[in-house]
Amino acid sequence: MTASEYDSVRPPEPAGRRRRGGRGGPPEGVNGARPGGADGAREAAMVPEAQFTSYYGRPVVKPAPWGHDVAAYLFLGGVAGGSAVLAAGAQLTGQAALRRNGRLGALGAVSLGAVFLVRDLGRPERFLNMLRVIKLTSPMSLGSWILTAFSAGASVAAAAEVDRMTGGRLPLGPLRSVLRFVEGPAGLEAAAFGPLLAVYTAVLLADTSTPTWNDARDELPFVFVSSASLAAAGLAMVATPVAEAAPARRLAVLGVTGDLVATQVMHRRMDPVVAETLHDGRAGTMLRLSEALAVAGGIGTLLGGRRRGVAAASGLALLAASALTRFGIFEAGIHSAKDPRYTIEPQKRRLAARRAAGVTDDSITTAG
Amino acid sequence: MPPDTPEFRWLMSSDVCKHCTHAGCLDVCPTGALFRTEFGTVVVQADVCNGCGTCVAGCPFGVVERRTDGTAAPKTKRGERKGEQPEVPNLGVAQKCTLCYDRLLDDQTPACAKTCPTTSIKFGDHDDMVALAKERVAALHAQGRTEARLYGANELDGVGGTGSVFLLLDEPEVYGLPPDPRVPTADLPRMFTRAGLAAAGMAAAAVLSFLGGRR
Repeated sequence: MTASEYDSVRPPEPAGRRRRGGRGGPPEGVNGARPGGADGAREAAMVPEAQFTSYYGRPVVKPAPWGHDVAAYLFLGGVAGGSAVLAAGAQLTGQAALRRNGRLGALGAVSLGAVFLVRDLGRPERFLNMLRVIKLTSPMSLGSWILTAFSAGASVAAAAEVDRMTGGRLPLGPLRSVLRFVEGPAGLEAAAFGPLLAVYTAVLLADTSTPTWNDARDELPFVFVSSASLAAAGLAMVATPVAEAAPARRLAVLGVTGDLVATQVMHRRMDPVVAETLHDGRAGTMLRLSEALAVAGGIGTLLGGRRRGVAAASGLALLAASALTRFGIFEAGIHSAKDPRYTIEPQKRRLAARRAAGVTDDSITTAG
Repeated sequence: MPPDTPEFRWLMSSDVCKHCTHAGCLDVCPTGALFRTEFGTVVVQADVCNGCGTCVAGCPFGVVERRTDGTAAPKTKRGERKGEQPEVPNLGVAQKCTLCYDRLLDDQTPACAKTCPTTSIKFGDHDDMVALAKERVAALHAQGRTEARLYGANELDGVGGTGSVFLLLDEPEVYGLPPDPRVPTADLPRMFTRAGLAAAGMAAAAVLSFLGGRR
């Protein structure tokens, strides 16, 4: 039987024409054989009311065809963006070790991330097609340009560090003075694009029909920049002597705070059915572990961040927390697309809510 | 189970692309491979697409798929099967119904409409088709089949109306269609605002971290 609310306003059925008997019943076959209804001539004794229907449990939307390469990129892009910001701060305040590690971390993370991104393409040899157009409606297009602009600055800044570390052994010739001249501006340019690199992936995920990602669209940017901040700060705490790592420690604590708050708000505001995907299964385990590691890393930073061992352990915990956040949210989204429930139930609810509020002209289903 | 019993019924639907007025796949495509044709349909240029897969997630109807082999949802990749395999065109790029763009260019009707023996799939000018569909629904209602309804004929819906309009005899989800699809890009300005706020917050946190000094 249909579960339509129009059922109640149907005219009585003409006698002798058993239309509903012949045509009723959802195609799922969940009703099974009912006593008395098998020959179609008599009314079935019991019709279980279907609360949720779908086409044989088949998904309505398709999950993004992305592997864990993309989840790893979400993490690495955040680390890169945050590291460039830290490096620029160190550059402006004259903290050489923090600057060097930030710049190297930014280039390393963004390079590895770009490799993962290209590897995930269906046609990796066409990755340059990403730069055919600049398209404001496509977060992937804008992100490709952000990634390109970021990488340009990060490469120059990191090259200058490598040249210094090797005692001027890079075969640069007369370009060395050019490199010395542009490394500062390049570091600042990378830092300007750093937060954008960290945040655009949130919009990339949210601007899809994947239920979990789309429903988290208001908070996901805040979760992602917090996660990027704490991860980059964690990397700096692992790599940098504690004497120069004070800004990284403060950024770590701010990042953990932001991460915990934004995640809580996200869980509470989301549709309760869709939010299940963040609590259940492997994604739920990863996100809970991520939260625990972020708290542990934050407390370690606050209490023992000036001790080298504690700082390094806290930094590792923070890096792991960020990676788990990204993988957890990634997996939750993929799972939400594979189960029709997460697409259908919230949509039916929001349609009903609009109708209850008196908006009746915007349904895709019309009576004729 | 025998047909035409309470436990059994046929619900027929074409699984054609909806060719939305506000197409989620088209909006999020970063390469420009997806485009709007002169017929108002949405088509992938297979030689431009780099298989990033964003359109697959962008589609509110689950139409677009990234193909890695000759079928829509393969179990194996190229070279993983034994024996000689036929050459498969356009591996690894997004695949979707084009409403037979090549046939439309030759003044032919799409193959699905052409081959449908009962002319249940019809092709024509959008306004004519919607008018025809409304007549058909009215006729069905007059026969007492009040469960008949149209899907996609409302240009005020979340995707601005669809190019393919469906006559359904049950709730959309029973056909595997979303009950209230909404193109994700409709919320993109707000998402950009939130992302801008978040990025500014990250920059501010960094400034605060350095203002605190070296201790």
